[in-house]
Amino acid sequence: MAHVRIEKIAKHYGKHSVLEDLSIFIRDGECFTFLGPSGCGKTVLLRLIAGFEKPTHGKIFIGESLVSSGEKGTYVPPERRNIGVVFQDYAVWPHKTVFGNVIYPLEIKRTAKAEARERTMAAIGEVGLDGLEDRLPFQLSGGQQQRVALARALVSRPEVMLLDEPLSNLDANLREEMRFEIKELQKNMNVTILYVTHDQEVALAISDRMAVMDTRGAIRQVGTPDEVYEEPADSFVYSFLGISNFIPLTFENGTVCAGHSGRPFNLPVPDRIIDKVRMGQVRAGCRPYDILLSRNGSGLQGRITRVAYLGPIVDYRVDLAGVELRVQQDVRDVHDEAAGGLAFTEGDTVGLTFLDLKWFDEETPKEEG
Amino acid sequence: MMKIASFKDKGVAELLLALSVLVLVVVVAIPMILIFWNALFVEGAFNLADIIQVLSQPDTYEALRNSIVIAAGVTFMSTILGVFFAWLVSRTDLPMKSLMKLMFLVPFMLPSFIGALAWKILLSPRSGYINKLLMALFGLEDPPFNIYTLAGIIAVETMYLFPFVFIQVSGALERMDPTLEESARISGAGLFTITRRITLPLMLPSIAAGALLVALYSLAHFGVPAILGTEIGLYNIPTKIYEKIYASGGSFQAIRTGTILSAILVISAGFILYLQSFILKKGHFQVIGGKSMRPMLLKLRGFKIPLLIFSIVYIVVTVILPTVTIFLVGTLKTYGLSLSFEHMTLKNLWYIIWEWKLTKDAIWNSFYISLGASIVTMLAGTLISYVIVKMKVRGKFIIEFLGVLPFSVPGTVIALGVILMWSGKFGINLYNTAWIIFVAYIARYMAFSLKSNSAALEQVHDSLEEAARACGATHWQSLRDIVIPLIKPGMVAAFFLIFLPALRELTTSVLLYGPTTRTIGVAIYTLNEDGETVYACTLASVALVIIILGHALIKRVTRTGSEGV
Repeated sequence: MAHVRIEKIAKHYGKHSVLEDLSIFIRDGECFTFLGPSGCGKTVLLRLIAGFEKPTHGKIFIGESLVSSGEKGTYVPPERRNIGVVFQDYAVWPHKTVFGNVIYPLEIKRTAKAEARERTMAAIGEVGLDGLEDRLPFQLSGGQQQRVALARALVSRPEVMLLDEPLSNLDANLREEMRFEIKELQKNMNVTILYVTHDQEVALAISDRMAVMDTRGAIRQVGTPDEVYEEPADSFVYSFLGISNFIPLTFENGTVCAGHSGRPFNLPVPDRIIDKVRMGQVRAGCRPYDILLSRNGSGLQGRITRVAYLGPIVDYRVDLAGVELRVQQDVRDVHDEAAGGLAFTEGDTVGLTFLDLKWFDEETPKEEG
Repeated sequence: MMKIASFKDKGVAELLLALSVLVLVVVVAIPMILIFWNALFVEGAFNLADIIQVLSQPDTYEALRNSIVIAAGVTFMSTILGVFFAWLVSRTDLPMKSLMKLMFLVPFMLPSFIGALAWKILLSPRSGYINKLLMALFGLEDPPFNIYTLAGIIAVETMYLFPFVFIQVSGALERMDPTLEESARISGAGLFTITRRITLPLMLPSIAAGALLVALYSLAHFGVPAILGTEIGLYNIPTKIYEKIYASGGSFQAIRTGTILSAILVISAGFILYLQSFILKKGHFQVIGGKSMRPMLLKLRGFKIPLLIFSIVYIVVTVILPTVTIFLVGTLKTYGLSLSFEHMTLKNLWYIIWEWKLTKDAIWNSFYISLGASIVTMLAGTLISYVIVKMKVRGKFIIEFLGVLPFSVPGTVIALGVILMWSGKFGINLYNTAWIIFVAYIARYMAFSLKSNSAALEQVHDSLEEAARACGATHWQSLRDIVIPLIKPGMVAAFFLIFLPALRELTTSVLLYGPTTRTIGVAIYTLNEDGETVYACTLASVALVIIILGHALIKRVTRTGSEGV
């Protein structure tokens, strides 16, 4: 176990800058996720920590050891960082058996034969591949290959495990199972895990803490999954963690209006942001299931523009004063018993009730995920 | 537990780069520079007038013209034959297609100068067996064929070079997305229209790429013109260079003419390769998917049998007839006897393998020079390919530039380059030793090694090596345990791709051999020159047997090698 400290890291490729002035501290023994859109530099960050790349500026510490420093030119090669890495494409060696793959780190360390064998078999058992030791990788499924990669990374008891989208090539069921297993392994082995992904579901499920990165490689928020989901720092984080609606607010003739329609937005706006609303710098955000539709409801009136029946839920597009909202309702709530069908169809006018609203500063639209 | 990186780790990348640069500079770059230096400068001063003077001499000018005429003729003929046969085996319902396909590729492995020797025996105006047979049969006064002509040279070269077009085009035809043709068919176009309007234009880049390869090889080809042209004083650039240097015993003026002609060869080769990569980049991959798909086949109907017979006759005449001729003539008691059983003996074989020092030496020389050069070239190629494909290191562009050089340097030019470099001018004199041939082979076959090795390395994903590093392996250990085992089949293939052609190499060795360093190719060539046609054929039979066995071995090795990975 070891903590990982990243201090003001920057990585440039020629004139192109991927990461700029990024600092973060990952605690001993926690499962920490970097979540961000593809191309945001999260993989580069992981490769910097692993030592496959050298930083342009800044320092990286694993435990108390300085492993990379852009300024001082310090560079500890990957093999001396005591890390385990699991790659997106598994990187299982095709010419070695399962056993040969997993025992390799111990062979390199010249672990005594009997002990190496024992630990290898234990690691293979740990990931649930007992009985497959003598198989070659081409005889294994994708999920099994991923397990070999996991066992290989775990067998030498690294201080830090780095996982780069390890589940993205697996099908949905397997993905759910594996993320549960990774979490279990982490608890049993007491290892610090750094996990990189663009899949918010995995990040929320697996992390002790997580960092959300934007397209320019800057960290927008660090926190527990609950904090990040419930108290997003900004609209980027909010939109990256799930389907989201944003309603721009304007201030016209002494009232808060939805969009530029001049129609009053008659919902309570907290006093602390009212000044910003006056300047047109606030958007209200909500998730599709934070809105209730009603036939003759009071409050804001919208018009349904599209209906998609998805089984357990019904997905609506609702036009609210020129802003398109996505609304999802439990199918039981919108079923019309009398007519034997859905209660709302395209063109219907509906009342909108907001169960939860979050307030965000305006951002330039380019940065939204 | 963790230590700061030591000097040793930092050095790996730089060391590999430096070694690669060193190999390419010594083996290819310096000889090349010497050629251009000698071509452009006279006594240290740039001299263009002298170049023009050399080029305007009638014999050099004629050699240039012949090279171009031969290359144009061979390219034209090869393109027609290659495209036609490629279409026949991949787009029609011709019977026995897979066998046909194999047979069309056989000329690739046969040395063309041995083919030329066979055709000389069959079609030389005075003593050619076919000529004699036809004159006897039809009571003709004059021999109907004369192989000692430009047309003869073009015909024989075409037989051995057309597979370049055949491979390119049949490969492209097989990978072409059939929906492109199917959608044209749905729009109501007939098969002829589709072929003309859709298929042919889509194939053009592949056809052009194959044709350019043929042009490249033909322009710098030595073997066929040397055997069929020299007899009547017909030279192309490589045979002219050989004649100049051989006749003058390596005089300054001869070397100078040689370097100027070589410079022209290198520049045209570079231009052809540039044109080829340009064409391939532009049009190759847009319409052709990677997957093999089943295209629609043209029903030949009434033409099926005639076309089948035509193909079989072509194969018999161009592949089987010359090979059989070599084997039969090689057993004759004296050249010129009729090919009947009572005139044949196996004593010739015994004589050249066990008794005659000249041929014994040649077989032995070829064997160990080729073996040594193949191993060194294979390993150097692995190293250089690794640097080019895998490493991120400053100064890599130098190696990328140098790595292209071996592809554009013809054999004759390499020979001249190593003569300039290794004949004492720089302190080391390898002239007349086996070492100079060894060095030349490395330069000559480096391109093969680079191609095979980098193809293998590109299959090894970076993360495989990084995974080893993360497991605690040093750079060297990851090379030893992961990279090398994974590219072993590619390395073995590279070895054979060099060893087999090197065994019967002629073009380079013929300019470099000394009294005791004849190679198999040189021995066959000089025996033929000296009128020892029968022994030339016996030795050629030995070479052919080795080549055929070698190719059978490659097939087995590459098959077992690919199973594990």
